[in-house]
Parts: sequence; structure tokens; C-alpha cells
Amino acid sequence: MKPATLPQAFSILLRRDLTLAYRRRSEMINPLLFFVLVTALFPLGISADPALLREIGPGIIWVAALLASLLSLETVFRSDFDDGSLEQLLLSPHPLSVLMIAKVLAHWLITGLPLLIVAPLLGVLLNLSTAAMKTLLLTLALGTPVLSLIGAIGVALTVGLRKGGTILSLLVLPLYVPVLIFAASAVANSDAGLPVSAHLSLLAALLVLAISLSPAATAASLRISMS
Amino acid sequence: MLRFFHQLASPKHFYRISGKWIPWLGAACLAFMLAGLYQGLLVAPTDYQQGDSYRIMFVHVPAAWMSLFIYMVMAIAGGIGLVWRIKLAEIMAISSAHVGASFTFLALITGSIWGKPMWGSWWVWDARLTSELILLFLYLGVIALYNAVEDRRTAARATSILALVGVVNIPIIHYSVEWWNTLHQGPTVTKFDAPSIDFRMLIPLLLMAIAFKLFYAVVVLLRARVEVLQRERNTSWVKALVAEHE
Amino acid sequence: MTHYDQTDTLEARDLTCIRDDRSLFSELSFTLKSGQVLLVEGRNGSGKTSLLRILCGIRQPDEGHIHWNGGDIYRLATGFNAVTAWVGHKDGIKLELTARENLVFARSLGTPSGLDIAEALDAMELGGFDDVSAINLSAGQKRRLALARLLVTRSPLWILDEPFTSLDTHGISLIESMINKHLVDGGMLAVTSHHTVTLDSNDITRINLSA
Repeated sequence: MKPATLPQAFSILLRRDLTLAYRRRSEMINPLLFFVLVTALFPLGISADPALLREIGPGIIWVAALLASLLSLETVFRSDFDDGSLEQLLLSPHPLSVLMIAKVLAHWLITGLPLLIVAPLLGVLLNLSTAAMKTLLLTLALGTPVLSLIGAIGVALTVGLRKGGTILSLLVLPLYVPVLIFAASAVANSDAGLPVSAHLSLLAALLVLAISLSPAATAASLRISMS
Repeated sequence: MLRFFHQLASPKHFYRISGKWIPWLGAACLAFMLAGLYQGLLVAPTDYQQGDSYRIMFVHVPAAWMSLFIYMVMAIAGGIGLVWRIKLAEIMAISSAHVGASFTFLALITGSIWGKPMWGSWWVWDARLTSELILLFLYLGVIALYNAVEDRRTAARATSILALVGVVNIPIIHYSVEWWNTLHQGPTVTKFDAPSIDFRMLIPLLLMAIAFKLFYAVVVLLRARVEVLQRERNTSWVKALVAEHE
Repeated sequence: MTHYDQTDTLEARDLTCIRDDRSLFSELSFTLKSGQVLLVEGRNGSGKTSLLRILCGIRQPDEGHIHWNGGDIYRLATGFNAVTAWVGHKDGIKLELTARENLVFARSLGTPSGLDIAEALDAMELGGFDDVSAINLSAGQKRRLALARLLVTRSPLWILDEPFTSLDTHGISLIESMINKHLVDGGMLAVTSHHTVTLDSNDITRINLSA
């Protein structure tokens, strides 16, 4: 029997993580509820004026998405660290950075993609136009993978720490700023009927950059945290 | 060549050499600082728009330069420490973090004080101040991570990675904040970099910039020496040093 | 069955490990050849686990080098991972996956030995637990499942940290015979254990870190 090729190992790891998520699916719903709940708090805290909500809506939805992504971030490596599977991944003969892409992809499919599905509902709550809703989905599709990729570095650095969770937000949130700015202003622009192609290209550029740099940084961080 | 660097990078050697440098660097820093303050507060002319309140620029601008400069130094030192596993580079990186955070904080405070008469409020979401604020959070993240990891070498290596990630992100953050600022406020607040600066204002600015660099050098060496002693406290040379001073 | 290359050599030179500013061991050197055992002894906190983690490459030594067949293991990197198998304190088992799924995954991360998953489970006396979630296994059964990884992958160098934890006497003798077979096949073993290990081989190097 031959050793698994890299694409095989990649898909086996991806499928394993998806299977695990399916078997603990009750946990998946929490960040999603959080996303909806945080968004619903803003009208209560500020005002229910439809014009105002429409103006601040894109920012609110994106801030909520940022926080929801942060909340679910720890699960990328937490259980693998706790039960020792992470050591086994580290010692596999496959390049760790490629395995990291599989881990982050699985994590995005489990936690990022559901945000896209719920987002239109939030758009309705905050009175967004149809055009803005489309842009919102596009920005979430381009932006949330960047959040997962950047976040994975932060989790890799803090996975061995007892108080990792509180530090994680300090490490990761400042790095989320560009995504927030480009994405939220894209949605606001399209609500005002302005072009958004520049924003979307910038988000796509961020995604390309994150895909090319983050896996190696995550792998290096894990090696340091585990030592 | 490599051998020379390895020797220089040995903690014991560093401790000896840095002890000799610090008084000289400190004296030079004081000289530049006094000259800069004299030029800035007494010689430089009053601004026809802002009166004398602009003079805080001689602290604010060099501090803002230092905040970025130190982050670069920290990331480069961290990168060197990671690749060549040189302990001293790791120590330099983490010793820089606190100084860098202090300069960033200073830039924020002075920016806010400077802004008060100009804008009529202590805080305006000006592009440069916002970037500084995010930079401060990046520094605080580095420091928090370093303090959270128990093993010092692991901590230094982890913070080095974080500093490198930050250094890739700083230009992106800076650019995105500028973009955000022009979108939301229009190009109103670019008064920080006056298009043509009076020569008599430039001189104190440069003097202060040099003084701040020297100050950084002194403080980072002092911090690094303490860190070296703590890390090497079980080695024979540190024990001999302690015995000498008792 | 599998026979390993008789010329394989693991050589450690002048290893030093510092943890939390405390030197655990320094200038430790040894050589491990095909069929040989390295038994690491010492009190709690003497650095046994750290040494094993350094040997398998999770941790880097503060000083010194480890060579596999003459090449530095950090340069070999994933190439060295292909010849080692590690079972640490933690089982490295996913509780939500079945015994079979756990082993299939482990096999895909290493070089398959050619042994069937069912055969490996039988050998660890876990036959019939194929489709049982690992969460329903007892601690000893989980440990045996973790050690079954060694059977489904082909690695000449086994690095085991307290392999007999939570095993009963029968379980221990099961693992001992598995190790004996590995050594006869020309494999090598680095191990720590609180239990006395009874092995057929006389070729045992002992390192006491408390000494």
C-alpha cells in the first residue's frame, strides 16, 4: 500500500473535520445565533428609524460578523490540541502548511459559510436595499475566509495558553480592520448606488494575500506553540 | 564573519559591550534633546495659523516616526531570531515592544493635545491618529502574548511571528484607514504634514528625531541587559557578576 | 511482513534542554540502531517527556543535534516524520470518530504498513469495536486504539511516552509482544515508562535523567 498523496491527505483531513463538525452540530449553531442577536441589539440600543438603520446597517452587520468569526475561531485547533491530534498532524510526513489550508477551509465551511446564509435575514432587519444585500453577500464570501485565515495564526499562537481566548481577540481584531473597512464601505456604497468594484477587488487581493501567507505563518506558529 | 557575529551575539559579550555604550548614547541623547528643545521652543518661528500650539509637533512627529520605526526593528530582529535562532535578536525584539508601545502612546497623546485647539475636541478620527491607535493595539497584542507564554524562549519566538504578521499588515491597515478617512470625512485633516515647512522648524524636528532614536537605543539596551541577566541567571558568568557586586 | 533497514541509525549529539530557565539535561549523547531500545528513566519533571518530544521533532533542543542516517532531522523535516511514530501522553484520538475512522485517518497521515484496519484492531483485541465511537471506549481501550496506530503505519522508529498508562496486565503484555515483534523486525524504540518493561531484547540503552 502506498502512502497517501498530498491531495488525498488534504481531502481526508477536510472530510474528517467536516464529519467531526457534523457529529457535534449542536455547537455550530451558537456563533450563528450570536451573529443574529448582536445585530438585533443595535436597533434596540440606538433607534429603530429605518433611514438611520439603513445607513449604519452595513457596519453593524460586518462588526457582528467579525465578532461571530472571532467567537468560533478557537474551535479550529482547540479539540485537536486537547486530545493530542495536533501533535500527530505536526508529525505527519505531509507539509504542515498545506494541512493548515485544509483545517482553515473546513473551519470556514462550518462557521463562515453559515453567516452568508443568515446575512440576508439581517439585511431585511436593517432595511438594506436589494443591491446592498447582493454586495453584502459578495463581501462576506470574500471577507470571511480572510478572517478565518488571519484568525488561524492567532489561534495557533495562543492554543497552548490557559487564558488564550482573551488574548486572541487582542491579537486578531486589529488585523481585521482592513477587511471591515473595505467590506462595510462596499455595502454602504452599493446602498447609495455607487460603484463597488474597487472595494471588491481590494477584498479579493486581501484574500489572495491571506491564502498565500497565512498557512505558512499558522504552521510556524503551531510548531512554536507545541514545543 | 559569521563567527564574529555569533560572538557579538553571545549574551555575555553583549552585556559587557552594551555597558560601555550606554553612557555615551545617553549623553548624546541628552545633548540632541536639549538642542532640539531649544531650537523648537525658542528659535523656531511662531506659526501664522496655529500660533505656538504647533510646537508640540516637535514631540508628536518624531514619536510617530519612532512608533513605526521600532515596529520594523522589532519585526526584523524577531525574523532574525526565528531564522538563525540567535537569542540576542529575540531579546532585542521583545525589549523593543515596550518602548515602541510607549512612543505610540506618546504620539497619540500629543496628537490629541495638538488637535484640541485645531479641531476643538480631544479626539478626531483622523487617518493618522486612527492608524496610530491600531498600531498601539498591535503593540499591546505583542506584549500580552509575550507575558502569557510561560517559557521565555517560546514566548519570544511566538511574539516574533506575531510581529512579522503585523509588519505585513501595517501598510494594509494604514492604506485602508486612509481610504476610509477620505470616504467619510473628506481630505480635511492633512494639516500634520505642512506642504512646505520652514527651515527653522525642520532643524528642531530632525534634532528631536535623532534624540528619540538615541533614547530608544539607550532604553532598549537597558531592557535587553535586564532580560539577558534574567535568562542567563543560572550561568557561571552571571553568578560571577553577582558575586562581584556583593 | 515488514522488515526495516538494518542500517538505520538515530544519533543524538550533546542535547541540551532548558525549560523555564531551568536546565533539564545537558550534553546528552547516544546512538540508537536497528533493533535497539532507548529506555529513558528519571523522576517526574526530570525531562523525560521533553527528551522524547525533542527526539520526534516536536520540540527543538536548545543545544545539540539529532541525526537520522547522518542527516539533521530538522533538515529532513517531513522526511523524518515519515520514519517516526509518536504516541504521547494524550492518545491523539478523536472521541467523535469510530475506532475504524480513527485508524483510517492515522494511516493516511503516515506510511501504510499494509496491515488491514480490522487486523490491527484484532491484534489490539479491539475486534468488534470497529464502528463504536471512541467516546464509548474505556481508558485502556482508548490507549490500545492509540497504540494500534503503530500497526497500521510503517515506521522504523517508535517514540512512546508512557505507553502502558491505563492498561491492565494483559494489555501491557499485549503491547510488550507488539514491541518485541517490532524490534525483531529491525525497528527501534525510544520509551519512557513507570512500569518495568519486560522485553526479549538485551540491546537496551538506559538513560537516567535524574542521575
